Amino acid sequence: MKEGDLYKRREEKREEKEEGKVREGANEGKDYDVGDGSNSNSSNSNSNSNSNSKADAYDDRSKVRRLKVDYLARVEGEGAMYIRIVDGKVRDVKLKIYEPPRFFEAFLIGRRFSEAPDITARICGICPVAYQMSSSYAMEYAARVRVEGMIRLLRRLIYCGEWIESHALHLFMLHLPDFLGYDSAIAMARDHGDIVRQGLKVKKVGNRLISLIAGREVHPINVRVGGFYRAVKEDELYAMLDELEDARDVMISMLRWLSKLNFPEFEREYEFVSLRHEDEYPILEGRIVSSKGLDIEVEEFEDHIVEEQIEYSNALHARLKGRGSYIVGPMARYNLNYDRLNPMVKSITREVGLEHPCSNPFKSILVRGVEILYAIVEAITLIKRYKMPSESFIDVSPRSAVGYGCTEAPRGILYHRYSIDGDGIITDAKIVPPTSQNQKSIEEDLYHLAGRYANLPDDELVWRCEQAIRNYDPCISCATHFLKAKIERL
Amino acid sequence: MGSNSSRRRNGRIPKLAVWKFASCDGCQLSLLDLEDELLELADRVEVAYFLEASRAVIKGPYDISLVEGSITTPDDANRIKKVRSVSRYLISIGACATAGGIQALRNFKDVKEFASIVYAKPEYITTLERSTPISEHVKVDLELHGCPVNKYHLLEAISSLLNGKRPNIPSYSVCMECKRAGNVCIMVADGIPCMGPVTRAGCNAICPSYRRGCYSCFGPSESANIASLSKRFMELGVDKGSIVRMFRMFNAYAQQFKEIERLVSI
Repeated sequence: MKEGDLYKRREEKREEKEEGKVREGANEGKDYDVGDGSNSNSSNSNSNSNSNSKADAYDDRSKVRRLKVDYLARVEGEGAMYIRIVDGKVRDVKLKIYEPPRFFEAFLIGRRFSEAPDITARICGICPVAYQMSSSYAMEYAARVRVEGMIRLLRRLIYCGEWIESHALHLFMLHLPDFLGYDSAIAMARDHGDIVRQGLKVKKVGNRLISLIAGREVHPINVRVGGFYRAVKEDELYAMLDELEDARDVMISMLRWLSKLNFPEFEREYEFVSLRHEDEYPILEGRIVSSKGLDIEVEEFEDHIVEEQIEYSNALHARLKGRGSYIVGPMARYNLNYDRLNPMVKSITREVGLEHPCSNPFKSILVRGVEILYAIVEAITLIKRYKMPSESFIDVSPRSAVGYGCTEAPRGILYHRYSIDGDGIITDAKIVPPTSQNQKSIEEDLYHLAGRYANLPDDELVWRCEQAIRNYDPCISCATHFLKAKIERL
Repeated sequence: MGSNSSRRRNGRIPKLAVWKFASCDGCQLSLLDLEDELLELADRVEVAYFLEASRAVIKGPYDISLVEGSITTPDDANRIKKVRSVSRYLISIGACATAGGIQALRNFKDVKEFASIVYAKPEYITTLERSTPISEHVKVDLELHGCPVNKYHLLEAISSLLNGKRPNIPSYSVCMECKRAGNVCIMVADGIPCMGPVTRAGCNAICPSYRRGCYSCFGPSESANIASLSKRFMELGVDKGSIVRMFRMFNAYAQQFKEIERLVSI
């Protein structure tokens, strides 16, 4: 109790002292993150609230209203939110990421090119396949090898598995509780047990598909540069068809149900960025395109997208040169590739009234549902076409070159670039995950949302802002994996 | 999962907390990946602190704390002490928490040089020189290994504690599991270098089952003979640099693995 008060005082003193100049940044959120995890509650005047969010009391002198969540829940990783409202106007919005950096780019240097898929998978336990695929494509680009046919099909199939499990985790376990007013899916299950069980069932199908193709769901072991260590047999995959067809039917009825949720009214003009493939809904390959005319090859990524250091966050913010923030992920893919969805999925989107293009981020929950359905239907199609290849991988011999890879992780485009020497040793690495790219847009959403809903009571406004962050399914572990930001201490 | 009488202590449902330090979230995700058991588990324990899953925070102390991740910052070194002080049983889960994880590769470099490669202003970096396992900071009641942890080990550990029994977690090598899986030894038959003989069981020998040499994501097994395996690798034509790299992965800083450079040069 005392400790909490102490922290609160320290925080307030700091805010009086400076108007958002230099902050202790990353560690600010951490000040609260101690011991039994309830200190921020004990420092909260509203002590019957059992969440870690905190809407500070009004400051009478300046009518300053501070909203903060010291550790965001139901996101992957450690982050905090801070909003400052002065006289009803939003003055400051920060999405802080204080997850400790892990320096992947540094220790990739000196490793063999073939080790990149296993090492970079460890950036994220939720989307390891995305890291394995982007790094494999980058290494194959450097070695001028193209993976086609059944090996490529298997890659697309395992990636469908990851979309299903990652999207279902977010939709049912992390995001849906916001719409129905619960703290967690576990609490939600007491009243909506059937929905949670159906969600878990869909999630399980995605995980099963990954495990079947590559050994296990978290950090699968069968992916390598050039393909797979062993290609699964046809009949191993056929055994999945019944489950997938069940999951497809579940998702269709879930989408009908989800479409009746209450979506907060909120639209902004976004620039959406995703891959675009000549005939597929994009997963593995394509050009990078945007809703405002960007159309580039993957290797041009860094000519058009820059990353900035932000002092209060352990993750870089990406923006389009001369344009600003943009959005990657399900909404971007859906808006830019609607014509590549198959007719059945399109007809469901029309039936449930999901508009196209869609620019209300709160409807991302529906778009994620549509992508789950797409991934299930696509997986069924791929399995029916699959013939076990005689070779499970293409031999990749390294050459001194730079390689680029960009695939559609569940949360959006994941860019990798590596420099390799003639012996196959990595001499430089750069990785840009989706959450770094969305971070600026998340803050802008919070800015507009807090302004628009400033009349809501503090606890409701805080919750709505949390929900707005979760619209993006932020993966903070990903965003912080390679930190180049600095923390200044005064 | 335990009988009615044993799961309650003084008529109270045990409280479970899940803590995160430097990690990828994959081990705590494994708990949510228990799709068939999750809701039943939530019936038997009160999920009192699990930020990845819930915004509700229930005050400690906690009966069981699962700790994911390694200690890499001064703040986290303090925080783990506080976690310990509010936990009856503390279980560290996964390679980061039990061995420092992949980020412990920094432990083998000159930190100053390392930081200046990455940072324009290395003097601003507030990170510890080494990434260390939880057991280097506080007493740990049980360690569950793996990168990631086996989700059924999590279930076994929690249900054993609820029932007052000793968890049945293997400490023998992957070879035992591999034989039970009915695999032909890929090292003997095909000459594929495999770390199974020195690696703790727990994954069900998935790599050899997919015709890949084990890469030791579960870390060293009991009485692992690393020198002998390294010698065998050299006979198979693996150079010393590659052998060092094989051991310098997710469990690089595990007690038996960290001396690998010295061992291969003998």
